[in-house]
Amino acid sequence: MRPPDQIKITTPHMGNLHLLLDDLFGRLGVEYIKPPKSSTKTLELGIKHGPEFACLPLKINLGNFIQALDKGANTIAMAGGHGPCRFGYYGIVEERILRDLGYEFDFMMLEPFSDGAWAFYRSFASLSAGLSIRRLWKILKVSFAKGRAFDQLRKRALMVRAYEANCGDTRRALKQAEKMLAAAVTAAEIEAAARESLGLIESVDQERERDVLKVGIVGEFYLLLEPFSNFDLEDILGNMGVYLERCVWVTDWIAPRRDNKIFGFPKRMIEEKAAPFLSHNVGGEGRETIGNTVLFAERGFDGVIQLLPFGCMPENIAASILPMLQQKHDIPVLTLTFDEQTGRAGMVTRLEAFVDLLWARRNGGAVSAIEGAKMQNREPETLCHECKAKAV
Amino acid sequence: MHLAVQATAITKKPMRVGIPRSLLYYKYLPFWKTFLTGLGLEVETSPMTNKKILSGGVEIAENELCVPVKAFYGHCAALKDKVDALFVPRVVSVEERAYTCPKFLGLPDMIAAAASRMGLPPLLTPRLNQREKPGEFKRELISFARREFGLGRLGAVAALDAAALAQRRYQESLAAGRRPVDLLPLSRLNKPRWRPPSSGGQRVGLLGHPYNIYDGYITQNLIARLEEMGVDLIVPEMTDHHILMEAATDVPKQLYWSFEKDIIGAINHWTETGLVDGVIYVLAFACGPDSLIQVLIEHRARQYKVPLMSLTIDEHSGEAGLVTRIEAFVDMLMRRKKVAVA
Repeated sequence: MRPPDQIKITTPHMGNLHLLLDDLFGRLGVEYIKPPKSSTKTLELGIKHGPEFACLPLKINLGNFIQALDKGANTIAMAGGHGPCRFGYYGIVEERILRDLGYEFDFMMLEPFSDGAWAFYRSFASLSAGLSIRRLWKILKVSFAKGRAFDQLRKRALMVRAYEANCGDTRRALKQAEKMLAAAVTAAEIEAAARESLGLIESVDQERERDVLKVGIVGEFYLLLEPFSNFDLEDILGNMGVYLERCVWVTDWIAPRRDNKIFGFPKRMIEEKAAPFLSHNVGGEGRETIGNTVLFAERGFDGVIQLLPFGCMPENIAASILPMLQQKHDIPVLTLTFDEQTGRAGMVTRLEAFVDLLWARRNGGAVSAIEGAKMQNREPETLCHECKAKAV
Repeated sequence: MHLAVQATAITKKPMRVGIPRSLLYYKYLPFWKTFLTGLGLEVETSPMTNKKILSGGVEIAENELCVPVKAFYGHCAALKDKVDALFVPRVVSVEERAYTCPKFLGLPDMIAAAASRMGLPPLLTPRLNQREKPGEFKRELISFARREFGLGRLGAVAALDAAALAQRRYQESLAAGRRPVDLLPLSRLNKPRWRPPSSGGQRVGLLGHPYNIYDGYITQNLIARLEEMGVDLIVPEMTDHHILMEAATDVPKQLYWSFEKDIIGAINHWTETGLVDGVIYVLAFACGPDSLIQVLIEHRARQYKVPLMSLTIDEHSGEAGLVTRIEAFVDMLMRRKKVAVA
């Protein structure tokens, strides 16, 4: 490893993870080279150099790394794990590919805390000279609190968007709120900013009396967290007037996942709900997908959408089991698979059809899709001009 | 009433248990079969994979699954009218600190979810896990025997010992160069076709999961075709397992999939010792672990300048395409050797 003052570190993008890392690396005093926002260019690089049958997240990760290295990063940090999902071996494969491409860099694999606290501390200590365990703990604690606040904002935005009076208000409010929170430094400031920014989202002009559909989103974590990989699915659904709850959050995922502070349901409860259908951990979010679908069904949601990258092993196991669960709990589930060939238009069509179906179902099943659209007082073409412009 | 009880006791035939001829069948059949027979059950295996079995499986299974798992659904369907129960163990781990493949972890649940649609008999699903403690699977099997069949500890332990012995014999025969298809029951190809390596031909290492390379229907008789071309074949099972495991440690981070360790170990060992002239790597479309270790395997082959051909198979693979490719590969190996000699 290079001496700490020469390190220019980079990590892959995943949802709002960079906001949390920005803060963390800032506190550690490490220069953080953020890869350019994931784009078609990123994906193209990943497809070109990545293994053909690897899952979509690996390809986007690889593109992120290439773009960041071109931007001047010299150290890559990547999370590890011990399977059985492929993710734990991502880093090794990506490192191999990048070295074969001729890049020179230091590679840091951050194994889970459960592997040993000392190794965990050592990887951070190599980034920041004279970092004591005490100080690291303090930094992680404050940074993490901020991360939780970021997640809290997004969660709120998902719920509010369905009710917004003017399309796009929530998105603008969220942007502003995140900016406000990012500026907070001390623990007290963060707490205040978290409250204030949350208020910003709540104060979006809303039509609370509007009838909305409730849909839960389950599936593989990267697809759920990274809007680039799922074509801003949450925005699209929100603009159709769908109240959303998502069960995967960055901070829930990083922290020991006993209580899932953001999602709100503890790990053990999710596992118990999944047990009649899938009684063993299958890696990734396979069991959580099943358990959360049951939870959403029991809480009276109208439907569930499962997102997965093509070939994802845990999610395919879940997808094999979902048809039975769907029947038993009487809840419609839409499974959407994503890979580099997936197009936005095809996905939007399927989402619209699904939403129409849910409305028809709620209204006794006898209502046609077009009538369903009228009943919610919206045009069948659901996107407003601003969103259309963004989509093109 | 006494008579009725007596009558059932007399006519009561032993329970028939079906083992699908797919996936881990090729690795652990001797163990499972001996164990179940030892418990006083009758064991039935499904026929070799054929068109009906595979297309039946493809119809039911989720379409993104790999072809061997789809075939597994078909094998379950082929057994459903012949047996009283299906043996679908949950093989979580076969060694410490490693898993098998996520799909084996979820297999009983996946089959159970389709059971009513397929009209399957009840499933027997003991959980075999050695990830935390090496001996745990034995305890689980003993309690499985008690739970399902009301058998005492002694009987179960005896069955376990016999099963372990059968498995050891099987693995020794494999290491001696016999093929699973020759050793496993009910096989059409039950002839000693595996010729001892001669010095003349090309020596080709065949890499891949046993349930792919030994399933003649899935791989379009790849083994027989290569042998007809006069190729000396080597498979990972022919090398001592300890050597494979040792060779498999030569990676940047230890693999957590046991069966992929065999594959990585084999390519590392073969390239290191110069045992092979070329390698054919068979991987199933949408196989998760294969898609990643492919990168390491290809890197290794490049590094040691060993020709490597990756063959991706799925339920749509055509025979002609496969034949052309292996012929071209073997021709290339031959020419390469000639150039090297001259």
